[in-house]
Amino acid sequence: MTSAPAVQDHAGFVVELEQFSGPLDLLLHLIREDELDITDLPIAKIADQFLAVINELGLNQAADYLEMAARLLRIKAQMLLPRRLEEDEWEDPRSELVRHLLEYQQIRELVDWLSRAAARRAEQFGRGFAPEPPAAPPAPLVIDLNDLLAAAERVIALIPEPVLHRVVPRPLDVEGATSRIEALLAERAEFGWRDVVGERAGIVDVLSSFIALLELAKRGALCLAQPEPFAPIVIRREPPREAA
Amino acid sequence: MSPLAKLLEAALFAASRPLTVDELASLEPAAGESDALAALGELRRLYTHEDHGVELVEIGQGWQFLTRREYAEAIERAQFTLRTRRLSAAALETLAIVAYRQPVGRIEIEEIRGVDSGAVLDKLVERGLAEVVTRGEGLGRPLLYGTTPQFLEVLGLRDLDELPRLEELSVALRPPAPAEPE
Repeated sequence: MTSAPAVQDHAGFVVELEQFSGPLDLLLHLIREDELDITDLPIAKIADQFLAVINELGLNQAADYLEMAARLLRIKAQMLLPRRLEEDEWEDPRSELVRHLLEYQQIRELVDWLSRAAARRAEQFGRGFAPEPPAAPPAPLVIDLNDLLAAAERVIALIPEPVLHRVVPRPLDVEGATSRIEALLAERAEFGWRDVVGERAGIVDVLSSFIALLELAKRGALCLAQPEPFAPIVIRREPPREAA
Repeated sequence: MSPLAKLLEAALFAASRPLTVDELASLEPAAGESDALAALGELRRLYTHEDHGVELVEIGQGWQFLTRREYAEAIERAQFTLRTRRLSAAALETLAIVAYRQPVGRIEIEEIRGVDSGAVLDKLVERGLAEVVTRGEGLGRPLLYGTTPQFLEVLGLRDLDELPRLEELSVALRPPAPAEPE
């Protein structure tokens, strides 16, 4: 696996989407990057940076990141509100975020500890083959562009070469169909669609017959009925008489 | 070597998971917990001092023979055993919160992590690293999660007390600063 080439335009500031486990992680990364004081956060600066990064990474579609962006902007706005000096009730609008960040930072430190512990444990082996863990349900679909393209290529490879189809002009034979239906009408009072087109009708026969049927129905020579949607069409010789 | 120590050695050799002191003591009807502990001590000394390829380790609330670290690479290369899958950063974050806040619900985990954590949590339960331990009070009586003995085993811990204490971390979490009177 080779790593993706770094984007050079952005003054060496290269971040990858996978690198962050969430908006707090990204925020901590930005704070560390600029060596900012977490307890006295320059909120305007960090908000702008956060927005720039999620834009650049396309994270501005992800709800969690958007929520954080909104939160930062709200705090930024609150910081801009004028406040009187003698007002000692004033609560720093950043305090909740700072507490949250510190809490998360603590978790990250524990993560480091835990992964070191897990790595150390992995250097020792217990007895023999442990039974296979129960099969996990399929993981959520994670696919990168190359895999997707490769899969598409495999599918496309399975499609046979397009067979060139010569188009033979074959006009609809409505007259022929009409006389066929008229013959049937003379013979039977009621018949089905299949009787008109036959067993293995081609598209031209179907169209011809259908148009002929509609034409005859319009002329009042027969009546078309369909008991229910998609049921076979029933053709009757003449419209049923209305009750006197 | 005492007969009990030999019996425990056989059991520990045969087992593919850590055996608790209770389980070991139950092998010999006449033996109590203290006898088992004494025998374990004897075994551990033997394996430590006589220079063996395996050592007796206290792990996951029990005892287990594990290969010595110096042979990790050789054994890994030979693929005699199943590889343990590594835990993702998201999984470790969630595990850390579960370990320190247990019993803890999904909502609290998500609040701390700032991201949706349901799928990660389900995965940890599937891998046997976390489990539902109880239900919380409040709306919907949410499921509350805790860690399992398997969690200790995967991290090579004897028990939860071996986790670093929060005060020992470099980031000490301060309570929200109260407005101090001047």
